[in-house]
Amino acid sequence: MNSLSDRIQLAHGRGGRLSLSLINDEIVPRFGKGPLDGLPDAATLGSISGDIVFSTDSYVVSPYKFSGGNIGNLAVHGTVNDIFVSGGSAKWLSIGLILEEGFPMSELQLILDSIKSSADECEVKIVTGDTKVVNKGQCDGIYINSAGIGEKIKEFNLSKSRLAEGDAIIVSGNVGDHGMAILSAREGVNMENGPVSDTASVRSLVLSICQCASKVKFMRDPTRGGVAAVLNEIVSGTKLGAALDSRKIPVSNGAGALAEILGIDILNVACEGRMILICDRCVADNILSVWKSFPEGVNASIMGYINNEAQRVILKTVTGGSRLVDLPAGELLPRIC
Amino acid sequence: MKYIDEYRNSETASYLVGEIRKNANTLSAQKMSINIMEVCGSHTMAISRYGIRELLPQNINLISGPGCPVCVTDAGYIDTAIALARQGAIIATFGDMINVPGSDRMTLAKSRSEGCIIEVCYSPLSAIDLAEANLDKEVVFLAIGFETTIAPIISMIDSVSEKNIKNISLLTAFKLVPPALETLTSDPELKIDAFLCPAHVSAIIGAKAYETFVKKHNIPCVIASFEPVEILLGINSILKQIINGSIKVENDYERVVTYEGNTKAQELFNKYLEDDDASWRGIGVIDASGLKLKKEFSQFDASEKFKIKIKAGAPDKGCRCGDVLKGKIRPFECPLYSKACNPLNPIGPCMVSSEGTCSAYYKYSRT
Amino acid sequence: MCLAVPMKIVEIAGKNIAVVEADGAKARISTSLITNPQVGDFVIIHAGYAIEKINQKEADLRILLFKELAELSQIPDNNAALP
Repeated sequence: MNSLSDRIQLAHGRGGRLSLSLINDEIVPRFGKGPLDGLPDAATLGSISGDIVFSTDSYVVSPYKFSGGNIGNLAVHGTVNDIFVSGGSAKWLSIGLILEEGFPMSELQLILDSIKSSADECEVKIVTGDTKVVNKGQCDGIYINSAGIGEKIKEFNLSKSRLAEGDAIIVSGNVGDHGMAILSAREGVNMENGPVSDTASVRSLVLSICQCASKVKFMRDPTRGGVAAVLNEIVSGTKLGAALDSRKIPVSNGAGALAEILGIDILNVACEGRMILICDRCVADNILSVWKSFPEGVNASIMGYINNEAQRVILKTVTGGSRLVDLPAGELLPRIC
Repeated sequence: MKYIDEYRNSETASYLVGEIRKNANTLSAQKMSINIMEVCGSHTMAISRYGIRELLPQNINLISGPGCPVCVTDAGYIDTAIALARQGAIIATFGDMINVPGSDRMTLAKSRSEGCIIEVCYSPLSAIDLAEANLDKEVVFLAIGFETTIAPIISMIDSVSEKNIKNISLLTAFKLVPPALETLTSDPELKIDAFLCPAHVSAIIGAKAYETFVKKHNIPCVIASFEPVEILLGINSILKQIINGSIKVENDYERVVTYEGNTKAQELFNKYLEDDDASWRGIGVIDASGLKLKKEFSQFDASEKFKIKIKAGAPDKGCRCGDVLKGKIRPFECPLYSKACNPLNPIGPCMVSSEGTCSAYYKYSRT
Repeated sequence: MCLAVPMKIVEIAGKNIAVVEADGAKARISTSLITNPQVGDFVIIHAGYAIEKINQKEADLRILLFKELAELSQIPDNNAALP
């Protein structure tokens, strides 16, 4: 057992001396400047000219470390991306930590470093937060909630009601990387250089297309349930459908290989650094070339078009036959049959 | 992926579809419609996942057979597994079994939420790790599957006995393909003109395993891989056999399936297993259509070790999975299909397994 | 009934254990069901076990056949997805 100071104790969450040392040693050095300075109970933020865009999400991924990142990167990118795909420019984040008694301090430091590096990369500030500690066994190491505030980007007018037949469906990069990275860490398929999580921000992808924002009708980040869940959600409740071409759906080698091995449909697998954008066909090629100039958009592809087959997502397969892309049932389970 | 992507090109697919249509026209000129049963759940899955049904002419019908080990596992088997879990055993299982309904719709997933320990494994090897990591507990591996999956499970038991690990056992529900073909063909209500035979079961049992069946019933048996374009190749081979009248066992997957099969696996079968009557969900008991552990290996047989008998479970009223499994009706001809019975609330096993006939139809065509 | 995928043996890592690779993804599997596994062999993997070696001559013959059939088919490879 390493020495006591190397592990989180219940006292770290009880507001006493140990809480203060945790904040002063680990939180202030990383996030201390700006609204967090002086540790007020709430952050006082500047005013915003446009509408406020607000989002929150909780992160309970297990294992909390995986190839390509950890729960800290996820907690920043997930909420920042939700704001950007809703047409907002993320500015401020809150971080709520729930730690299990005995959680190694070195692991917390690694995760806090990841939160800071991701926040800096997305040019957002961590402005407020909280830490609670629960008894050993009552949580799986670490859970994080993050909430974020952004300013509405005035050029964007996003709504399902604007969708029309012939609109292009663009995905910003390889699908399913994150979900497959988690599965390969969890299923003990003991994989080396298998799939790497795509956890990243879509900030530059959104800000780089503001000049044709008026022709952009809808944006979404395909997290849980992957591309299949997002597209079914988009066409539900409308008189429109979506038609995809399997040859135009980008899949990275590692994720594709593991999906074949475990018998999983990659369209149902979560991405954490991708976005799906639906726009008027006339600006599709322009957006594609802009995105391809960014590392996080190098595999961008027009994977299909909106059509009039109401509320169905159809995939044209390599045989020339088509199939329905349905909502995933839930748990991704490795299959033998 | 090497030796996968090369078999997935659209131009070859469209050529083969053209050939199938030509051969189908020749047959329809002779007023013939052909029912091809794809025995294996993985074929059913690939056929639906790659939209192959819609490419076929009217007079060529693909019927899904009882080839998914989850679909044909008896409800009583699930009840027994849950009973063992509630007695404190660690249940190790393939992911496919997690949502299979036992009696009164109880599942392993529900028992897990009650606090039972249910561990999903990609490989039987993980069951050994579980046993070694929990020496104070009993690990029971849900040993379901056809010949392809029986081989790794029995090999796992081979290494368990070598390592002398005491706290691991199998709850077996092994099934065999050839006896099932026999039962399906002798069912008067069924008109099966040809079998598309499973790829990897055939790798274990060899192409020779179908010979006596073909000689007796004079029905084409074509072994094809699960690659979509090679399924089209297999279908076309069936039509050519019928047109030329040269009925035989045809192996269209020679890169993996040999005439003799995997003799090393067959030796393990003979060492550890003996024939057994098996109960197929919805079909009933088929003589000598399964395998069980021999008496001298009863220390690995959970039903012996824990003195627990697998009782036949009560299937749901109105559930017609049995008829779907035998290819007598299509999923949408079942009254419960996509209404009371759907992926979120699967009643019969054919909706539960992602490769079950009804699940594949619901997911990929819903017509 | 039995999902299995082709992977290449890149290392023999012990008694009945091999490391296999596909598209850069590597995994440790059991070779107890096949005889005399060699580095460079392609094998079919099911549930963490190699259940058969791939006859590479047959595999390559089939690739050749499919290429010839592809040329016979008339459809130009249209890059436009759907109308």
